[in-house]
Amino acid sequence: MKLFSKRNIIGFLIIMLSYISVQLLINNGTIDSYLMLNIVIIGINIILAVSLNLITGFTGQFSLGHAAFMSIGAYVSAIVTVKFGFPFVIGIIFSALAAALAGVLIGIPTLRLKGDYLAIATLGFGEIVRILALNIDYIGGATGFNDIPQFTNWAWIFFLTVGTVLLITNFIKSYHGRACIAISEDEIAAEATGVNTTYYKVLAFAIGAAFAGIAGSLYANYFYFIKPDSFGFMKSIDILVIVVFGGLGSIGGSIVGAVALSIISLFLQNIPELRMVVYSLILFIIMVYRPQGLLGKHEFKLFKKGGKINVSAESK
Amino acid sequence: MEQLFQQLINGISLGSIYALIALGYTMVYGIINLINFAHGDIYMVGAYVGFAATTFFHLGFIPALVISMVVCSILGVIIEKVAYKPIRNSTRIAALITAISVSLFLEYGMMYFVKPDTRTFPNVLAENRITFFNGQVIMDMKNLYIILITVILMLILQYFVHKTKTGKAMRAVSLDSVAAELMGVNVNKTISYTFAIGSALAGAAGVLVGIYYNSINPLMGIVPGLKAFIAAVIGGIGIIPGAVYGGFFLGMTETLVSAYGGSIFKDAVAFTILILILLIKPNGLMGKNVQEKV
Repeated sequence: MKLFSKRNIIGFLIIMLSYISVQLLINNGTIDSYLMLNIVIIGINIILAVSLNLITGFTGQFSLGHAAFMSIGAYVSAIVTVKFGFPFVIGIIFSALAAALAGVLIGIPTLRLKGDYLAIATLGFGEIVRILALNIDYIGGATGFNDIPQFTNWAWIFFLTVGTVLLITNFIKSYHGRACIAISEDEIAAEATGVNTTYYKVLAFAIGAAFAGIAGSLYANYFYFIKPDSFGFMKSIDILVIVVFGGLGSIGGSIVGAVALSIISLFLQNIPELRMVVYSLILFIIMVYRPQGLLGKHEFKLFKKGGKINVSAESK
Repeated sequence: MEQLFQQLINGISLGSIYALIALGYTMVYGIINLINFAHGDIYMVGAYVGFAATTFFHLGFIPALVISMVVCSILGVIIEKVAYKPIRNSTRIAALITAISVSLFLEYGMMYFVKPDTRTFPNVLAENRITFFNGQVIMDMKNLYIILITVILMLILQYFVHKTKTGKAMRAVSLDSVAAELMGVNVNKTISYTFAIGSALAGAAGVLVGIYYNSINPLMGIVPGLKAFIAAVIGGIGIIPGAVYGGFFLGMTETLVSAYGGSIFKDAVAFTILILILLIKPNGLMGKNVQEKV
């Protein structure tokens, strides 16, 4: 595929247009700080959901520890930008690297496990990270890490979110992505056809963790303040819920899920006492009546696939 | 030396509570392969029922325990019928999220009704203590009751599972539910029985923990629920003696670790043990290795 195909150029123009139009709305004050806060939350949730979807939806590895990768990213970014005074870019790069390293570390030993057991092991890993963070004084311990400079703005959020979505979509369409999908369909069959399952499972964990780390650094550098309890077991569940709500194995679903659940929780803030009760009921109803999620495995298509090559490929 | 004995007594008490909760986890997992995240919250409801029975109705310890067990087993069956039955044939992840939603519903529904504050559990047991080693090691009435009741309940459970017809049906369904159904076992009824028994044990654990720690709150079920689940995994999930063994093992390890310097890492220890066990022997200490068929 050419880099400057019609499709790519139109896509690029749409992305730039949506960036510029929102930036203009921010500049003239239509989007106030409250709306901006929600946009940031939605963006972070999209990055988290899409990256978890790569691990759980496409590769089929059940992870309940995604918030731990986010917390590693958040803390690394906070340390890099506050304690060492480096610019935000360095913070983002280091948080992605640190989270990816953690993803490899947790990936290699636990990949002997399957299904529920893997879920429990990743849950345990998440709790260990949280408890360690609670007990390290250098990063504030239980009181949290204060006075993180606010670097995250619309440009960072927008381009990192779009970048995450594009990179992961392209990864899934690549040779490596198809290997991951093969693992989720049938691990034994994939192995028999020559897919190096361990390598691809660790790869999926590392990539997913790296993007979760980026989401963590965006989070830390927007809210000024992070504490270990923000990245507990419930946060991992929240991310998993977004992914399952939108549809496992659908990037478009994860985006819709992140937007929908962020808006739902925004409305539920009006009834603080019953917020979680209503939330649990919504979850329950979706799981019973639409267990495959809102979109199932379908993807949005901006462009209908046309052209002679594709037609002949389908007719074979 | 005295301290070691004291910690062992505390460890056994804590372990009994973990074991009681872990039994419910392991039985439910054994029979429908579902991690019942709501189990820790049934235990919380049990503690509140015990609290209501002793505080508002001024009942004694044993009646409160029985009432709490009955209420919890009814609650367990209702949860099974309403929430878990419709999703029995859906994917693992949908089942897991349903379990989490039930758990959130119980936690925050309870919080709405009883308010989030911590309540003090009344002292219903006589303040007797048994001392050993010239008073260096104290065994409270509480410890004694917890251990005694746990042992009695486990013996009853053991008798029920191995000697009665329903118990036999439970073992058959957990081995192979399709074959059991073909042999004329009523699978739905058996699953309901399993939930009833598991939840009753959790209710008992709730009352016992109320007596032991004297304070209860609507979110008290989360951490012991996770720990009991770890206990069930340590012993080998689906295996009833394994849950008891894992519960005592975890209780003892935790008390010993917090006694000898590592109290801040107490919770991390449980999860580290979990990961180590899963890596070394994923089927648990008492589990058998099952070969996967292609």
